Amino acid sequence: MISVQNVHKSFGDLEVLKGVSLDVKKGEVVSVIGGSGSGKSTLLYCINAIEPINRGKILVDDVDVHAKETNKDKLRQKLGMVFQQWNSFPHMTVLENAALAPRIVKKMSKEEAIEIAKKELEHVGLGDKFDVYPTKMSGGQQQRLAIARALAMKPDYMLLDEVTSALDPELVGEVLDTLRLLAEEGMTMICVTHEMGFARDVSDRVAYFHEGVIAEIGEARQVITDPQNPLTQKFLSKVR
Amino acid sequence: MDYEFHWNVVFQNMPQLLNGAFVTLHVSVLAMLLGVVIAILLAIAKMNNTKFFSQVATVWVEIARNTPALFQIYMAYFGLGAFGIHLSPYVAVLSALVFINAGYLTETFRGGFQSIPSTQYSASKSLGMTSIQTYRYIILPQMLRRIYHPMTNQFVWSILMSSLGILVGMSELSGTTQRLQSLSFRTLEFFIVAAVMYFVITKLVLFGSSLLARRLFKGEI
Ligand SMILES: Nc1ncnc2c1ncn2[C@@H]1O[C@H](COP(=O)(O)OP(=O)(O)O)[C@@H](O)[C@H]1O
Ligand SMILES: [Mg+2]
Repeated sequence: MISVQNVHKSFGDLEVLKGVSLDVKKGEVVSVIGGSGSGKSTLLYCINAIEPINRGKILVDDVDVHAKETNKDKLRQKLGMVFQQWNSFPHMTVLENAALAPRIVKKMSKEEAIEIAKKELEHVGLGDKFDVYPTKMSGGQQQRLAIARALAMKPDYMLLDEVTSALDPELVGEVLDTLRLLAEEGMTMICVTHEMGFARDVSDRVAYFHEGVIAEIGEARQVITDPQNPLTQKFLSKVR
Repeated sequence: MDYEFHWNVVFQNMPQLLNGAFVTLHVSVLAMLLGVVIAILLAIAKMNNTKFFSQVATVWVEIARNTPALFQIYMAYFGLGAFGIHLSPYVAVLSALVFINAGYLTETFRGGFQSIPSTQYSASKSLGMTSIQTYRYIILPQMLRRIYHPMTNQFVWSILMSSLGILVGMSELSGTTQRLQSLSFRTLEFFIVAAVMYFVITKLVLFGSSLLARRLFKGEI
């Protein structure tokens, strides 16, 4: 379980997270929606210990993420992350991209790492691209590669930051289908997204972020179709 | 045209010319190796937050890139000589080439380093890689691809510029050519052969470099 407890986070004088609390249980899919600059990405970076926090606490399976004694490299193996801007490693083939971390971080043998990488690439529909270089692929394929690369580490949680926002519209579907598949398989996920249909249909709960706080959180269909907070109503009426 | 070519004397002196070519290669390779090492340090210094280090690096780079190579060599040979530091022609030319190589390569390295998007770091980090692994497997290999061709060009430039050794009496290819032609008066023949040798050397370097690149960088480059 991921437990975010009253987290505050500032960049210099700018307070970006102003007391965020959120519990995500094993197997749950939570979508995070909200205006740009409201702190959604920052929250994911804090959960993954890429950014430090100023106040509060984040627990992943009862381990305090930001405690000094926590081995952050080890912790990140539990948390797969995919970013908005696809960032495959351009100097490696698709297969090498997915096999690298299992081999050097998890210290698997080369054969084992390649086997796992192949399995995850097939999982996201890239079974015919092993030896291709990522720059030769579409944005949608590169984003699915990023998902497979994260999955090859066998994470317990996936953190997804607007993974379809930078894609051409016709490529969004293939990536959302992949995420839908993961959700069906029971992967625990926090998805920052602008795809309201996806948030409504695939996630269990939806959290609406507004200026560094969660202004509303509830059952997915209810928040998207019948929001209670006027701020959520205003936001949703604009994105539709 | 009444000039009669006499190639015989040139071929008789081939061993000396080849020896000169070897010295040319020797000084260029050494100037490149030392230049790379210093450039790495200067690039780090330039990106360092300590003002002193970054300013020393900036001054070095600016002088090296904005003054003639001839001037550097004269400074090393005659300039230092005026202060009682007498360098041999070889060491004077080597120092000047190292100075210039380091200056140019500093900018090459810094540019290569800064051209790696920060998302490559966060992606590696998010996969649980340590900083050392991130540099070893992700950052440096990509950097090497971007600085490889500029480095090759710098090496070719060093080979050609070492010919300025002629001005301080160094016995590299040009200096040797100069000496031999003045003894035999077959000026044109000697310089034509020397030019061909320079051409062959640089072409071989470029060819070897692209062969090596194909082995090293299988992906996009
Ligand atoms: N590394 C950073 N340094 C300074 N400010 C940052 C940094 N990252 C994000 N911010 C600022 O924090 C705020 C929230 O950013 P972000 O979490 O990316 O928002 P969102 O993902 O909701 O669009 C923005 O105002 C942004 O400019
Ligand atoms: Mg964002």
